[in-house]
Amino acid sequence: MSSQAHEPQAESNLYGLMAEFDDADTLMKACEAARDAGFKKMDAYAPLPVHGLSEALGIDDERIQKIVLCAGLTGTTVGFSLMYYITVISYPMNVGGKPLFSWPAYVPPVFETTVLFAALSALIGMCVLNGLPMPYHPVFNNPRFEMASTDRFFLCIEAEDPKFDLGNTRKFLEGLHSQEVVEVAK
Amino acid sequence: MTEQYHSATAPVLAPGHNNKSVTEKIAGVVLTQKTPKGWFIVFAITFMVMHAMVFSLGSLVVRGIGLWGINQPVGWGLDIINFVWWIGIGHAGTLISAILLLLRQQWRMSISRFAEAMTIFAVMCAGLYPVFHTGRPWLAYWLLPYPNTMALWPQPRSPLVWDVFAVSTYMTVSIVFWYVGLIPDLGTMRDRAKTMFGKKMYGFFSLGWRGSARHWHVYETASLLLAGLSTPLVVSVHSVVSFDFAAGIIPGWHTTVFPPYFVAGAVFAGFAMVLTLGIPIRKLYGLEDYITDKHLDNMAKVMLTTGLVVVYGYFLEVFFAFYSANEYEIAMAHNRFSGPYSAMYWALILCNFIVPQLLWIHSFRRNTTVLFIVSMFINVGMWLERFVIIPMSLHRDFLPSSWGFYMPTIFDWGAFIGSIGFFTFMMFLFIRGLPMISIFEVRTLIKKPAQGGGH
Repeated sequence: MSSQAHEPQAESNLYGLMAEFDDADTLMKACEAARDAGFKKMDAYAPLPVHGLSEALGIDDERIQKIVLCAGLTGTTVGFSLMYYITVISYPMNVGGKPLFSWPAYVPPVFETTVLFAALSALIGMCVLNGLPMPYHPVFNNPRFEMASTDRFFLCIEAEDPKFDLGNTRKFLEGLHSQEVVEVAK
Repeated sequence: MTEQYHSATAPVLAPGHNNKSVTEKIAGVVLTQKTPKGWFIVFAITFMVMHAMVFSLGSLVVRGIGLWGINQPVGWGLDIINFVWWIGIGHAGTLISAILLLLRQQWRMSISRFAEAMTIFAVMCAGLYPVFHTGRPWLAYWLLPYPNTMALWPQPRSPLVWDVFAVSTYMTVSIVFWYVGLIPDLGTMRDRAKTMFGKKMYGFFSLGWRGSARHWHVYETASLLLAGLSTPLVVSVHSVVSFDFAAGIIPGWHTTVFPPYFVAGAVFAGFAMVLTLGIPIRKLYGLEDYITDKHLDNMAKVMLTTGLVVVYGYFLEVFFAFYSANEYEIAMAHNRFSGPYSAMYWALILCNFIVPQLLWIHSFRRNTTVLFIVSMFINVGMWLERFVIIPMSLHRDFLPSSWGFYMPTIFDWGAFIGSIGFFTFMMFLFIRGLPMISIFEVRTLIKKPAQGGGH
């Protein structure tokens, strides 16, 4: 499968063009240049989180914060309702004449359900928003991509981008101090 | 270690590393480096020791809880001491990875993975005790709130029920936090694994991580949110554990200092355990570049600080016993100083108060031998602290007619020693199969050569 990466591809079977970089700074400059050149469908790959890369690529995704907030509030509601149901409705127990609706005693368990729901939603939300698990992805067709998790940096402009053109985009990527530009099969 | 850095300028990663060298070293510990002989020795011994627990708890299931030394009035013995001790040890992992992340402490990066794994295995050990303490562990699910044909519910006004919520949430969130931190490194392991089995296993658990900028963007926010959630969680867990005692009326338990004093004690014990395991493992695998003198120094300082908070707790316990003018509290204080268990109390003062004062000395904070010995004292001291709190308060409460005595049996000790074996066994299994240092975080510590002059 990976040997296909080096052979010229029919445009219909092309995922995109991938350029390799030595370090994060060059990658960042390349991303900024690609964004300024008007490319939209592209992604950068790095072995570590690079600060400013999201801005350089125009990624502005704040959904995870909202997911976790909503899940946390759901946890609060579920926990509080459960405590209320147990102590007031299903199993009312008079302890020393104290009120059945003893909400201060609910605080620790309700706090725990809040954290539990929010933390699980952070994991699940991260996976869903990133499309994980995804065992196959075209970028793995580049045999050099193994190094993306060690010390190499990549920028891939996808063939679906309206401005994509095999010859011109290759020239554009080669002009960004990249090491190598390869075609990546779908 | 020949070079002496001043603590303010000492690096958290030895100079001269790049992305490739850190990846090769840390992943290599698992994938390519020959497993040191020491690993096999510890693995074999702890595997055997673990069976002391398997046998003790297995016997308990078959023959009943009478095998333990607990009685009336001492209904809580080694089982609850060990529960609190293990939970406390686990807290260092969450503190290092969550609180220090929020405080942007870079030195946490090379020890956080290791400490988080410790959290998980320590909470596993802790969780066993209350389950077996019920005497009928096969009915432990009765602790959970679920609709049942008995029409019964757990009592949410009881700290013991809060404990079920706190510990089970803590366990779940610790695993989630640890796993989320592992995902990018599992991708690295997948790409570097030499065997097909390794590639498949790491590939499966890495979920197809490819380090895309979009991934990192969501990932970093999710990690930060998890850290923000874990921080109050870790404080709440040991506070709730302390409520198990503080909400009771037994002399020596009924005090408001318990929650902060327990949380500080947990951090104190946890850092001691990180050093106890970290110092030999660092030596075994030659990780001095990653766990530097700076780390040792910082951990020693955290131990010294939290140790002093704990000592303040000991002081306040005595002070309030006399200040309250309550004859039962005063009797409890005298019982600690000169009662039948007084040796435990004075050993506690030695281990947790006197010995840690060595850490004031700068060169001792960087001396692995001294640190190891001090942390062993603290491990013992924190266990003694729980002994002082639990059986010592229970065995003599209000009426002399209901006084008693507690002596652990061989089955108590078997379960305890065995759990130490289990914990160490799991830790060694972990360092053999997964990167024990967060590779991608250590990459962010690398200083760019172009900037120069920084070090």
